[in-house]
Amino acid sequence: MPPRLLIIWRLAFSDIRRRKSETALLLLALVTATTTLTLGLVLHGVTTSPYQRTRAATRGPDVVVSYSGRSAAQAALALIDISGVNGHSGPYPVAYATLRARGRVVPVQVEGRGQAPAPVDQPDLTQGSWARPGGVVLERAFADALGLSAGASVTLDGRPFAVDGIAVTSAVPAYPQVCFLLTCNDPAPAQYGTSDMGMVWTTKAVAESLATGAAPLSYVLNLKLQDPAAANAFAAAHGRGSLAGDLVSWQQISAADAELVLAEQQVLTPGSWLAGLLALASVTVLAGGRMAAQGRRAGLIKAVGGTPGLVALVLMAENLVLAAAGAAAGLAAGWLTAPLLSNPGGGLAGGPGAPSVTLATVGLVCGTALGIAFISTLVPAVQAARRSTVAGLTDAARPPRRGSVMIALSAWLPVPLLFGLRLIARRPRRAVLGAATVLITVTGIVAILTYHATLGAHIGGWSSGLTDPVTARVSQVLLVLSVALVLLAAVNAIVITWSTVLDARRPAALARSLGASPRQVSAGLSAAQVIPSIPAALLAIPLGVGLFAAVGNGVAPAFPAPAWLVLIVVGTMAAVAMLTAVPARIGARRPAAEVLRREA
Amino acid sequence: MTDASMVCARGLRKEYGKDAALVRAVDNVDLDVTAGETVAVMGPSGCGKSTLLHLLGGLDRPSAGRLWLAGQRIDEMSERGLAALRRDAVGFVFQAFHLMDELTSAENIELPALLAGRSPRAARRRALELLDQVGLADRARHLPSELSGGQRQRVAIARALTNEPLVVLADEPTGNLDSEATLDVLRLLENLHVAGQTVVIVTHDSRIAATADRLISMRDGAFVDDTRLTGGTSGQLGFVTDLEG
Repeated sequence: MPPRLLIIWRLAFSDIRRRKSETALLLLALVTATTTLTLGLVLHGVTTSPYQRTRAATRGPDVVVSYSGRSAAQAALALIDISGVNGHSGPYPVAYATLRARGRVVPVQVEGRGQAPAPVDQPDLTQGSWARPGGVVLERAFADALGLSAGASVTLDGRPFAVDGIAVTSAVPAYPQVCFLLTCNDPAPAQYGTSDMGMVWTTKAVAESLATGAAPLSYVLNLKLQDPAAANAFAAAHGRGSLAGDLVSWQQISAADAELVLAEQQVLTPGSWLAGLLALASVTVLAGGRMAAQGRRAGLIKAVGGTPGLVALVLMAENLVLAAAGAAAGLAAGWLTAPLLSNPGGGLAGGPGAPSVTLATVGLVCGTALGIAFISTLVPAVQAARRSTVAGLTDAARPPRRGSVMIALSAWLPVPLLFGLRLIARRPRRAVLGAATVLITVTGIVAILTYHATLGAHIGGWSSGLTDPVTARVSQVLLVLSVALVLLAAVNAIVITWSTVLDARRPAALARSLGASPRQVSAGLSAAQVIPSIPAALLAIPLGVGLFAAVGNGVAPAFPAPAWLVLIVVGTMAAVAMLTAVPARIGARRPAAEVLRREA
Repeated sequence: MTDASMVCARGLRKEYGKDAALVRAVDNVDLDVTAGETVAVMGPSGCGKSTLLHLLGGLDRPSAGRLWLAGQRIDEMSERGLAALRRDAVGFVFQAFHLMDELTSAENIELPALLAGRSPRAARRRALELLDQVGLADRARHLPSELSGGQRQRVAIARALTNEPLVVLADEPTGNLDSEATLDVLRLLENLHVAGQTVVIVTHDSRIAATADRLISMRDGAFVDDTRLTGGTSGQLGFVTDLEG
């Protein structure tokens, strides 16, 4: 190893070992950010292979045609004979009914089938047998939501049926996306909700008997094309505008099935950027704190002949090494936890398998982690390198700033606020960093609240009382994300307060020698953190709503209840005060005489 | 303890460490300082002078013994009580000045008044008055970094007087100063003495000690000599000034 590299490695490694707790905090921040980023990146396309497996197992159609009415029937049936179509099944009658089971009342689409296996779209049974007279087969995601299995009993429009089997299909998007593309809106009367409609197969006779004047039958025709890849073009050419009804390609159905994971991805991507920003703040504070403590070390390296460049490299090397380690751990954690989030749900056959971690993903995650470490370390490293050797050896504290307005204003305030404001004025960048931490965290939390408020406003809850798997999964991801954000913010608040405590040792001891009580000093240290977080928490409210609007696919955001917003702001203040109270109290209890003696 | 005692200590002890590493920084000290008296404490470095001063001002707690300030027992006081005592009854002057770097002279001086809950206007008025008294009226808006060592110590003395304390405790007030600045500080201390201010000064400087009413010598944490000095203070200071001249 070249001597220069050896020196950098030795010094960086020894410092990492010496500062175990700081190293652990740095790694925690980096791993949280890189794990979230990895998850957001690797979830892309994970439902593709389960859909393909289901399509193969069910002899899935390339295009599904749904129609109602005599003229549409003629046009739709004419599609069977046009060139490029080399197979079909159906048309099958589809009725709309109300299913009751286990105290739930759910709208369903009931498709009538024969007993013989269909050449195209034969749903693949995962439980029980195919529907016999007096029996039904339930789509698996729908059965999961209801908690039903083969052998259970249900009623359709009041008539009792046995659940003969449970099956998956690739011709209809899985529950709750059944009506995502097909003609549910067309013939289905208003009393049948479409957002939580389930899929049921039964005999043709039963399906036809369920039709009413208000909800007449519609039909489904499954087509197999010579060139499955051309399904989109075929659907576009013969779809709405012609009389054939709705044509949906297998690619569109696959995309609808991916909705479950897509929704998670839409949440995780901005979430990972928020976590990344928080990690940037964490690393800036921690790295800045380490740098401040390394003034003497920098002086020593220069005193024995090290150049300013070498000093800067040594100081940056350890943070870059930690960033690389954090990125590796984040990639591994993201890769391992992705299957938990990328399970395609009950509607598709098989699991997603391990998501693929591409070179681009590795590059982006590592680049982000190293970028965070580089940006947050560069300025303090260069400052330490450029500082005079003598100043470094005497380890003189960085001179505080003077905020004249803040000092004058604070004179009119009670002692804790006076002390807190003056601490802010001494180190305004640290206050900005603390405020940024609160801003990012509360923005994330307000965006999550906006999501829930919007969900309530636009969907208003399903009459069936069933849980939407997409919403449930997104809510889980949001919960994990908010825990990650709060965790990172808590680490930041503690670290920033501790940096303030260390930096304020002398003024705090001096204030005590002039008559300030330990309680006033510790309250002042806490106030230095709480004061900047007030405007940050208030500003985060519009930013959080704006963030939701930006990533919400054009859905108009609904404002969270004012009581929640007040609770968020007050809760943030209380949390910051509580998190900072312990380090502040420890700092304020240090004997003033000892500090003044040491700093004399 | 006598009725006239401003500061009184009985069996005062301060220990650090334990067993073989036990150090008695202050060892069984008895002390009475009457109101208006100036007491100088001298001794070699590390003999416990500064620790004694910190104990007298309630900045540190004794390991044993009793301590009164203006008749009030302070060794058993709560931290809050000690803070109030430091705010209202004690003024500290440190060797290293210990001024807030980011505050101007006036802002440093008014700080104890603000801590005591005085209005900012009253605090500023008092600060300017004190700056005038220490001869720095034209330095009110200067930061410590823009002042000489002597000027910084004069600001520190002014700050110690802000709340009209019962006793001023000065720890090596000229330790970091050149001869000229030392003389300035000596003059200020003399003015305090003349004004009847109770002062306890820890010093290495025999010229300062010569201005006191009493000179106490310390060694290994204990008092080894307590001498009442005679002669007028101004005479002593004049003597010092002559020496410098």
